[in-house]
Amino acid sequence: LPAAVFLKDLKLMDVKLGQLPSWLAMRDFTPGGIAGAFRRGYDRYYNKYINVKKGGLGGISMVLAGYVVLSYIWSYSHIKHDRRRKYH
Amino acid sequence: MLSRLVLRAAPAALRALPPPPVAVGVLHATRQLHTTQQSLAPLPPLPEKGGEVRHGLIPEEFFQFLYPKTGVTGPYMLGTGLLLYLLSKEIYVINHETVASACILTVIIYGIKRFGPDVAAFADKLNEEKMAKALAVKNEAIENLQAAIEEEKKEQWRVEGRSYLFDAKRNNVAMLLEANYRERLMMVYNEVKKRLDYQVAMQTLKRQKEQDYMIQWVEKNVVQSITPQQQKESIAKCILDLKALSKGAHAAV
Repeated sequence: LPAAVFLKDLKLMDVKLGQLPSWLAMRDFTPGGIAGAFRRGYDRYYNKYINVKKGGLGGISMVLAGYVVLSYIWSYSHIKHDRRRKYH
Repeated sequence: MLSRLVLRAAPAALRALPPPPVAVGVLHATRQLHTTQQSLAPLPPLPEKGGEVRHGLIPEEFFQFLYPKTGVTGPYMLGTGLLLYLLSKEIYVINHETVASACILTVIIYGIKRFGPDVAAFADKLNEEKMAKALAVKNEAIENLQAAIEEEKKEQWRVEGRSYLFDAKRNNVAMLLEANYRERLMMVYNEVKKRLDYQVAMQTLKRQKEQDYMIQWVEKNVVQSITPQQQKESIAKCILDLKALSKGAHAAV
């Protein structure tokens, strides 16, 4: 099978569900690898939504929405006390 | 200690190993290093538009991902269900912050809808100006270089006329030499003529002086030889001649 030669060269979307744990185990978890992963993610997002001739609103609004959601998650334990019902 | 032993034993052990098989070189040759056609210059142009985003928040790929299974309304139903779930389980709590965020979001969305196109046009204009300036610089540089090329070609053409230039110069020099030569020839002629004239004048003068002196000498001698006796005789003869002549004149009249 020339298409799926090495498991670690596949992208995430091409990995089958059963192979997921072994695929995760083969990833690079060194600090350099993690930094590289962040850099690649940033580059992908930047080159797709921001580094264009006519960038739209979606580029930064998605980042801000993500920030809003993340900050809500981080402060959920504090917001829990504003709930109207105790049991759901 | 033991490591030193290993290190000393290493070269001997390496030499004892069989030579590496030839297949290793072949394996290296078959692995290509740069398989893509990438090259850094000229840079590829920026894409015109970014990735599509719907409602400013959700990338279009999500809708396309769900389209085969759920059709067009799939993601919206998913969104509604998710929202109701979050509200009912109070994972999203409605408190004073909700009201504040609702007001802020209303204002923001109104502002974007109203001023969005103007801001976009302004930003595009700024970009256009930047690009136009860069393009102008590049075009000017190209024009300058082309003008330089033309000038260079002209200079090369001019070089071909070098032979005519040198011929003209050579003619000039030859003319100068000729004129100088003729001038000097004239000078020589004049000098020689002057000297010869001098000699001639000297000779004429000498002969003239000799003549004058001889005449003078002859006259002096003649005058000296005229004795007083001869002088009287000559005077009487003259008087007689004169008388005869006067008679002859009287007779003629």
